[in-house]
Amino acid sequence: MSLIRITGLSRHYVMGTEVIHALRGVSVAIERGEYIAIMGPSGSGKSTLMNLLGCLDTPSQGVYELNGLNVADMDDNQLAEIRNREIGFVFQSFNLMARSDALHNVELPLVYAGVPPAERRERALEALRQVALADRVHHRPNELSGGQRQRVAVARALVNRPSIILADEPTGNLDSRTGTEILALFDQLSRNGNTIIVVTHEEDVAQHARRILRIRDGLIAADEVNQPHHRAEAPPRLPPVLTPPPIIS
Amino acid sequence: MRYADEIREAVVIAVGALRSNKLRAGLTTLGIVIGIVTVTLMATAIDGLNRAFQRSISMIGADVLFIQRFSWFTGREEWAKTRNRRELTLAQAREVARLSTLARAVGVEAHGSADVRYGNRSARAVWVVGNSEDSALVRGVSLTEGRWLSAAEVQGARPVCVIGSDLAARFFPLESSLGKRIRVGRSLCEVVGVLEKQGQFFTGANLDNQVVIPITRFTTDLVRWPDVTIAVKVWDTTRMEAAKDELTGILRQLRRVPPGMPDDFAINQQEMLVRNFNQIGGSLALVGLFITGLSLFVGGIGVMNIMYVSVAERTREIGVRKAIGAKRRNILTQFLVEAVFISLGAGLVGLAVAWPMTWVIDYFLAARMSIPTALAALLVAAVTGIVSGFLPAWRAARLNPVDALRSE
Repeated sequence: MSLIRITGLSRHYVMGTEVIHALRGVSVAIERGEYIAIMGPSGSGKSTLMNLLGCLDTPSQGVYELNGLNVADMDDNQLAEIRNREIGFVFQSFNLMARSDALHNVELPLVYAGVPPAERRERALEALRQVALADRVHHRPNELSGGQRQRVAVARALVNRPSIILADEPTGNLDSRTGTEILALFDQLSRNGNTIIVVTHEEDVAQHARRILRIRDGLIAADEVNQPHHRAEAPPRLPPVLTPPPIIS
Repeated sequence: MRYADEIREAVVIAVGALRSNKLRAGLTTLGIVIGIVTVTLMATAIDGLNRAFQRSISMIGADVLFIQRFSWFTGREEWAKTRNRRELTLAQAREVARLSTLARAVGVEAHGSADVRYGNRSARAVWVVGNSEDSALVRGVSLTEGRWLSAAEVQGARPVCVIGSDLAARFFPLESSLGKRIRVGRSLCEVVGVLEKQGQFFTGANLDNQVVIPITRFTTDLVRWPDVTIAVKVWDTTRMEAAKDELTGILRQLRRVPPGMPDDFAINQQEMLVRNFNQIGGSLALVGLFITGLSLFVGGIGVMNIMYVSVAERTREIGVRKAIGAKRRNILTQFLVEAVFISLGAGLVGLAVAWPMTWVIDYFLAARMSIPTALAALLVAAVTGIVSGFLPAWRAARLNPVDALRSE
């Protein structure tokens, strides 16, 4: 069974009297352990697709099965639970809680999952260790560099062992050197069996993925297999990354 | 997510948010502070008034019936009808004592005022009470020195007196007052006893500035035909109504009231005062708390306003929290806790401000801020927080995560 299977997914918005068709019936299947880039120019519908994949939004039409569950019909709270359990978000602008230190930021998904404090702390520390920030756990975002902030965000995405890591322009706010560092981290996460979906409009970023979905005018224009050529670059020294979640069928 | 944990997380967020906006939070609390101060002071004043009344009222025994010409509560209309009633007389008092079976003791009481002098010391317009020997029991008098008027003294209209503690302290600060002869009005009276300190009645009358003389002396020296009160102490407080009926019968007969005509006297008792006070005091308290409550309401609107601002400012944060799994309830709790924190903090400040101010009230009527009042004030503050925080928090909880994440 595919991890993700979407069939005829469409999403339109009503703006006044005008109806905007952002997505016009997209069907695709994504297997566990894939590393996919979703590409497309602005206005192509890639953000809409990402919002739907991330269960932030519900489709106007179509079926979205995640881990065998149809999330298209879920209500607000059920979606919140799915996001908490199955999806780890990495945003372009990091979106960390400015007043909390790194540790608490990483703990946050576990707080909402209802994990007891002691275990929460343990798992958050472990996740921070895996992004090589064990020595920065009590720093606040404004005391960290851009790359470090994004690594905290990745640790936050990883900490609840989600089925998918969903990254939206993860290198958009970083200089190219730190951007490379984050992509190397993704490569490593992928090698360890995590499913990664990166939404980007940068060809460089997309080249790290092994499959590229090109979106245009609300439809999949191309679904191609990619031979990552950036792999030759030596990744920064990072400790082994989390193993993927056990497959629940 | 376990509930205690959820609240704790919300508290951490709320404290952080408030600390980063100290001035704003401070200004917002001002409205609630003022509200809590006024409500607390009002409650304390009402409390003090109640207690002053209760203390005074306990001086009038609950088991005593006062037979008087007029009812304690007479309307203007009734006054016109009753003002020509005949006085109650000493002879009637003696008959009541003889005939009543439910009465334990019958005292006679008449009031007047006279100047009191001893040597070169004098007191003007002292409250003079004419009493009988049984009045001690009826009034529940306690003495610090000497004794009460004896039956023989009342019978023989002897020039003796029992004086209040203030008078004793004033005339005889260094020596015993017993055996001293003071001038009350026209005659010299020997002091035979000193009353225990009683303080003020709730009307403001000083009960320690009185001279008690035999009622018989009172009628010869002060008022020839005084309007006496016949005070009847009843054996059994559960039979007050029966006692009233009996007394009414006796008095109607004594005063020859024809059948079918209304009584030409009134039987008063403590309960009437209590009932009346509760009525007036109750509505006074209600109006007072309502008016002061208005300022709290204004404060609540301030909190609501600032919570809307807070939600608008943190829309993106709400989006992120939702993206990583916060449910509506989590967001709702977070903002409610913040609103309650503002209000509770304001409540504490309000109490701290109100506390010294109750000392000022205490100067006029014995009032302390009680623990229940303080707790009630905090509860009111918390409820204000919840009520005024609810709409903003609800708006936050219902935000669409996609829109929230997109906001800058």
